[in-house]
Amino acid sequence: MQLALLASIVLFAAPVAAQQLSADEIIQRANLASYYAGQDGKADVKMTIIAKGGIERVREFTLLRLSETNGDQKFYTYFKAPADVYKMAYLVWKNVGGNDDRWLWLPALNLKKRIAPGDKRTSFVGSDFLYEDVSGRSPLEDVHRLIDETADNYIIENVPKDPSAVEFAHYRVQIDKQTFLPMLAEYYDQAGQLYRRVAALKVEQIQGFPTVVVAEASDLISGSVTRNEFSNISYNIGLNAQIFTERFLRRPPREVAY
Amino acid sequence: MPRFLLFIAMSIGLTVVASSSYAWNLHGFIDGRSGISLHQNSGQRRAILNEVRAQLDLSHSNDWSVWQLRGDLVGDEAAGSHNLDLDSGQGVVDVREANVLFYPHPLVDVKLGRQILTWGTGDLLFINDMFPKDWQSFFIGRDEEYLKAPSDAVLISLFPRFANIDIIFTPEFDADRYISGERVSFWNPMLGRHSLRADEMHVDTRNNWGKDAEFSGRIYRNFAGYELALYGYSGFWKSPNGYDLASARQTFPRLRVFGASARGNAGPGILNIEGGYYDSYSDSAGTDPFIPNSEYRLLLGYEQELRRNLSMALQYYLEYLDDYANYSSNLPTGSVERDRARHVVTLRLTQQALNQNLTLSLFAYWSPSDQDAYLRPNIKYKASDALSVYLGGNLFFGSHDETFFGQFEGNNNLYAGIRYSF
Repeated sequence: MQLALLASIVLFAAPVAAQQLSADEIIQRANLASYYAGQDGKADVKMTIIAKGGIERVREFTLLRLSETNGDQKFYTYFKAPADVYKMAYLVWKNVGGNDDRWLWLPALNLKKRIAPGDKRTSFVGSDFLYEDVSGRSPLEDVHRLIDETADNYIIENVPKDPSAVEFAHYRVQIDKQTFLPMLAEYYDQAGQLYRRVAALKVEQIQGFPTVVVAEASDLISGSVTRNEFSNISYNIGLNAQIFTERFLRRPPREVAY
Repeated sequence: MPRFLLFIAMSIGLTVVASSSYAWNLHGFIDGRSGISLHQNSGQRRAILNEVRAQLDLSHSNDWSVWQLRGDLVGDEAAGSHNLDLDSGQGVVDVREANVLFYPHPLVDVKLGRQILTWGTGDLLFINDMFPKDWQSFFIGRDEEYLKAPSDAVLISLFPRFANIDIIFTPEFDADRYISGERVSFWNPMLGRHSLRADEMHVDTRNNWGKDAEFSGRIYRNFAGYELALYGYSGFWKSPNGYDLASARQTFPRLRVFGASARGNAGPGILNIEGGYYDSYSDSAGTDPFIPNSEYRLLLGYEQELRRNLSMALQYYLEYLDDYANYSSNLPTGSVERDRARHVVTLRLTQQALNQNLTLSLFAYWSPSDQDAYLRPNIKYKASDALSVYLGGNLFFGSHDETFFGQFEGNNNLYAGIRYSF
């Protein structure tokens, strides 16, 4: 209920209320705009990983997301490429304030393998995006400070509450004042060196929800860049919670299979 | 068995013709593998594996069903001459899956045909998963997926509110693809030595359609983040570890299994527990030395990420004979008496590097009671999205000829492989 309320504020009242917002409120809205658009959603993702030498690797998958009333979410990722992961599925039950439940479906073995909770700052399928970029970093894990404002963006400085749990010392985010989408995040190490950048390159309105359709993550040390292109995006398609269970790992739902 | 496959193949053919299709998908791989035994004069060839395998995976989905045909064409120089046998996977064709999955009711899924079946919580240890395993593939360096052999079965899944229920009927017993002495030698207590390539195994195959049927069932549900399951099985021991004196054949004695498991997050890792009772009811008293005795089996597992890209999994596994006194007092003279309890500990270490394109892994079994061990080191490198290369080994250590891993000591091998996926 609270989330629905917040979401409606983001959608209809955001520009009006802009001036008075605190850093925490801005981050809260950015979190909602990035990860909670609609009750559910679907997108096809093409992920291109370009190593420094120019070697390209491509992953294609369909992503389903369902939000629950308490802020918990369920994610279903169905891989279509490369061929050696074709039909593999990755299921996450995101528990706000606790460890996520994660499973991998291995079709050749007909096996639902549970994955240990693990470090969310680990690369997602070998790309420059991290698990946390896919399912969202809890706003409660950092201390946020509004350090600057431009005509279009808020600039927020974020310092982790538990520095030992993450690889960055701090990161700086530019958040669009109209859409509340984070447009650029820059990560700094202990030496104050910028080493990682995540950018929203293209935003479109889809069913009234501002949506990032091209995003790019860069590892400035290795020189590797990953570009995510989202297509066939739709919101509020009426996903059944049953889809996020073993039954539909064994038998991929029509939302992902074709 | 072939009736099933024929039906499925024909149905797929018909659907191909008649269907106003939604989606057709064709994928597969070509996998070349070569393995060499580390022992000379072991009674086996040095080249334990020399195969090229092409897998085709054709699938089709529409609103009411999913059709799947996945099979391998195999050329294996090390196999010797074999007639085509779709049950044992010998010969040039190994059909992995040929099935149709359909949904006759919103709360019912049915999968009919040749399929790979898996359940339970163990990692390369199985208690309630009584579906056929291919131990030979496992020990000679084929990809881990080949440990699971296909079943020709009907799977009916029911999804009422209170739990999920799976019922599996296998009309003709699907045995393990067990170690036969070909390629991998094993300790044969009847011979008092290892069985080798030249030794022929006489097995009563239990291939009576309908009469030699297997039933498996599972009820499972999530409860507060924990996955709970109950299991049942009625069929036969999956390897021919019985013996019929009259016909001088090895047999698959009757077996029932009852068990349960639980799995869930625990602290920074995941914990699983599974147990089962193997009821060898052809010899309930445990007095017949030619039928394996009933036993309890237990498994405890814990897995945790040690640091980014390095994970560790530990398991403890126990086999405990139900009626040890009867086993012990009826053992034929000259036989080696087993311990009442067989303890096994396993360790899995997995390190990923180079943007997860390089995976170094080690799976180790160690039995303190049998004083034997089995190591499976493996390196996989994904050179590109399509091309992977592999290097690995199967290393056995033991102090006694008759223990489970110790008997394979002469089969230590190293293998290398390359796979192109499309």
